[in-house]
Amino acid sequence: MSIIFLILPVTLLLSAGAVLAFAWATRSGQFDDLETPAIRLLHEERAKRATAHADASPRGSDIRP
Amino acid sequence: MSAAFEIGAPVPGPARAQRESQCAHCGLPVSAARFEPLDEAQFCCDGCRSVFAIVHGAGLEEYYAQRAQSETQTFAPQRSQRKFEELDEPAFRESYCRDRGNGAFRSEFFVEGVHCSACVWLLERLPRVAPSVLEARYDLTRSVLQVTWDSASAPLSEVARALDSLGYTPHPTHATSLAAEQRKGDRALLLRLGIAGAAAGNVMLMALALYSGKYAGMASEYAALFRWGSLAIATPAVFWVGNVFFRGGFAALRTRTPHMDLPVSLGLLVGYLGSAANTVRGQGEIYFDSLCTLTFLLLVGRYLQRTQQRRSTKASDLISALAPTTACVVDGDALREVPATTVAIGSMIEIRVGERVPVDGVISLGSSALDTSLLTGESFPREASVGDRVHAGTTNLSAPLRVRVESVGVETRLGRLMQSVETTQRERAPIVRLADRVAGYFVLAIVGIAVITLLVWLRLDASHAIDHTVALLVVTCPCALGMATPLAVSAALRAAARCGILFKGGEFIEELARPGIMVFDKTGTLTEGRLALVSWFGNEATKALVRAAEATSGHPIGCAFQRSIADSDLECSERQEYPGGLRARVVGREVLVGSQSFVMTTLGSLPVWAMTQAKAHAAAGRTPVLVAVDGEVCALAAFADTLRADAAASLLKLAELGFQLQVLSGDDQRVVDSVVRQLGVPMMNATGGASPEAKLAAVSAFRAAGQRVFMVGDGVNDAAAMAAAHVGIAVHGGAEACLSAADVFTTHPGLETVALAAAGSKRTMRVIRIGIGLSLAYNVLGIALAVTGRLDPLLAAILMPISSITVVTAALRARTFRQMRAS
Repeated sequence: MSIIFLILPVTLLLSAGAVLAFAWATRSGQFDDLETPAIRLLHEERAKRATAHADASPRGSDIRP
Repeated sequence: MSAAFEIGAPVPGPARAQRESQCAHCGLPVSAARFEPLDEAQFCCDGCRSVFAIVHGAGLEEYYAQRAQSETQTFAPQRSQRKFEELDEPAFRESYCRDRGNGAFRSEFFVEGVHCSACVWLLERLPRVAPSVLEARYDLTRSVLQVTWDSASAPLSEVARALDSLGYTPHPTHATSLAAEQRKGDRALLLRLGIAGAAAGNVMLMALALYSGKYAGMASEYAALFRWGSLAIATPAVFWVGNVFFRGGFAALRTRTPHMDLPVSLGLLVGYLGSAANTVRGQGEIYFDSLCTLTFLLLVGRYLQRTQQRRSTKASDLISALAPTTACVVDGDALREVPATTVAIGSMIEIRVGERVPVDGVISLGSSALDTSLLTGESFPREASVGDRVHAGTTNLSAPLRVRVESVGVETRLGRLMQSVETTQRERAPIVRLADRVAGYFVLAIVGIAVITLLVWLRLDASHAIDHTVALLVVTCPCALGMATPLAVSAALRAAARCGILFKGGEFIEELARPGIMVFDKTGTLTEGRLALVSWFGNEATKALVRAAEATSGHPIGCAFQRSIADSDLECSERQEYPGGLRARVVGREVLVGSQSFVMTTLGSLPVWAMTQAKAHAAAGRTPVLVAVDGEVCALAAFADTLRADAAASLLKLAELGFQLQVLSGDDQRVVDSVVRQLGVPMMNATGGASPEAKLAAVSAFRAAGQRVFMVGDGVNDAAAMAAAHVGIAVHGGAEACLSAADVFTTHPGLETVALAAAGSKRTMRVIRIGIGLSLAYNVLGIALAVTGRLDPLLAAILMPISSITVVTAALRARTFRQMRAS
């Protein structure tokens, strides 16, 4: 059971690492805007599908990249 | 839709097709007059037609597909058609744009008219519409578009015009530094929240080991390890993260205002010190788990409060940070556009038709009609000619004017009015929220009980006296009390926003929940704020002639004719506007439209029927307009500012809620009386002819007399009174300055939202009271256990989250604004 004397500090270090990662993410503005990126993601997905579809059709050249 | 209009296929009858046709851009129905049977795409207005062309020209048809999926209400694009030349001034670039190197600059715009995710998509593809734009990023939370553009290839005004042409009117925002400050605060709080969460989780794990060790047995060296480990984690959690509460508590002590942070700090501090002492001593109870959970939960409440608050403030704050307006200075023979605040006193400026007067001054050339509704609330335009004073904020309606500048910027009447809004707002006493008031008594009671506990236990069993007192202070630390209000309020704010009501802060919900005197502005608040044709005497054929004559008029009467009568195909070959009326030639006939005096002076005499009818209309608060064709008076139209459809019902609802209603208008007393008669709702008082300054005085007088007073309005003339009232409410379509003075504003037209705001606030307040009651009940239970010495840390650790969960559930399940809308 005395392994706990080693494990406890190690786990604490691990959580400290997680906290540091969170601090970095917060400071670099990852949580500033939680709405727009979600929408943007959907747009890119749709846009990709649209271009793929357009490329397959003969009129694909009409659509600008 | 395209299938129905295949080339070569027979053109469907207008009546049939018209029912089906929707505007290809905005989806609104297309009127019969605008229906083009040969075109594939139909448009409800020219704005939609050109936006559609731009979107297609840039290869962005995808926008329509995106929008079809987003299921939001559609709107016709609002385009300002401004030139935005002021954006190219060097002074502007210096203060609004940031240099990104290589000739690239970045600036931020608050963008109007973003309704759905498809709008975001279109905005971010701005580089395709305006090639000088390198990148465009939209922030939905702040309604701000960040544009990086190449200054070498095009001026910023071109970027702004491109945005405007798509129907998103850009306003350069100066709030960037403010927003940066705010963002820094948000991030700091979020970081604290994360650390508090991590600390709470880890301490709880160790506490779990300790609790099970207590019942199953645990070697003392392991127990000591976990206790010291808890202490190590709890120390930063309590002191660094909990510093927020300590600072608040200290400020509350210093200013002697009751605040929630006071009992929180007391519990945290005593709990920590007691537990730390017990850790060092190696015996007695520790409460680190409860303390960390408490810090975390309270911070969650605080974070919610902060983000919700900011969300509702942003729109108004950003709109108030509008671009400087420009003035057109007469420089010899040339005209030059310069920022309005930099115009020299004594210089001459030109004000074109349809433009807003940028300065205060005296007319030195020309005569015209001025729309002064912004300043006075009067719905009918005022005639002005050489020698008359014009004020900034009024709109020139019928003819160009040259004005000698007397004062600019903050020195104008409008500027002074805005300044008084600012000072009144600053001097207004802060609202002490219910939870804080309760906390004030609470902390006194807790300190009292703690002292008694300590003294009693010192006599009974001195070795446990301190332990029991610490237990008492930890268990009474008002976690649930601290969460009850932020949660209920943030849930209510969100529900309210969905119903089209934006509160600038949760405290205004609490203020609005208690009824008092509600003062209404008339023009634009109780009424639609624009003239409508309410009566027509004469034959229908004349209507078409008048409509053609007024087709391009910017005068309120002309606009009212355009709105009320369907577009006619008749050709207007010649047209001249005069103060008081106009003369036009339509299909060869001479048409004269204007006021009684204008037609009288032009024709020399009037028939008796016209005179009596005009007099009757004027007495009833309506505006009569005479029409003469080929020198003979043949029709009489009467215009009035019509009541909003939901005005009477909403006022009744407010009266039922216990509000005393009053009308205070800048318009003529006769008009006010007629509006009140039409409403049919008992009023405490209805006064006309009140200047903005008089409105402010009236509201301040109510306040000084100890009355609770609410001001509902839409104009700059109400702004000062709004700022002075307990709660200022701006209705939809209000002026920008008015939005910044208001504490609550609605985004749906009509007064129903005002009634809803009051009713919803009352419901929210009930939820808050229930939450506070529940949390106090838990505290009484905790006090009973602690005073009798039966409380151990495990019980405290269980009791606290349970009480919080009860309060949270009660707050989130409550129906405040939502249910109202459904009914």
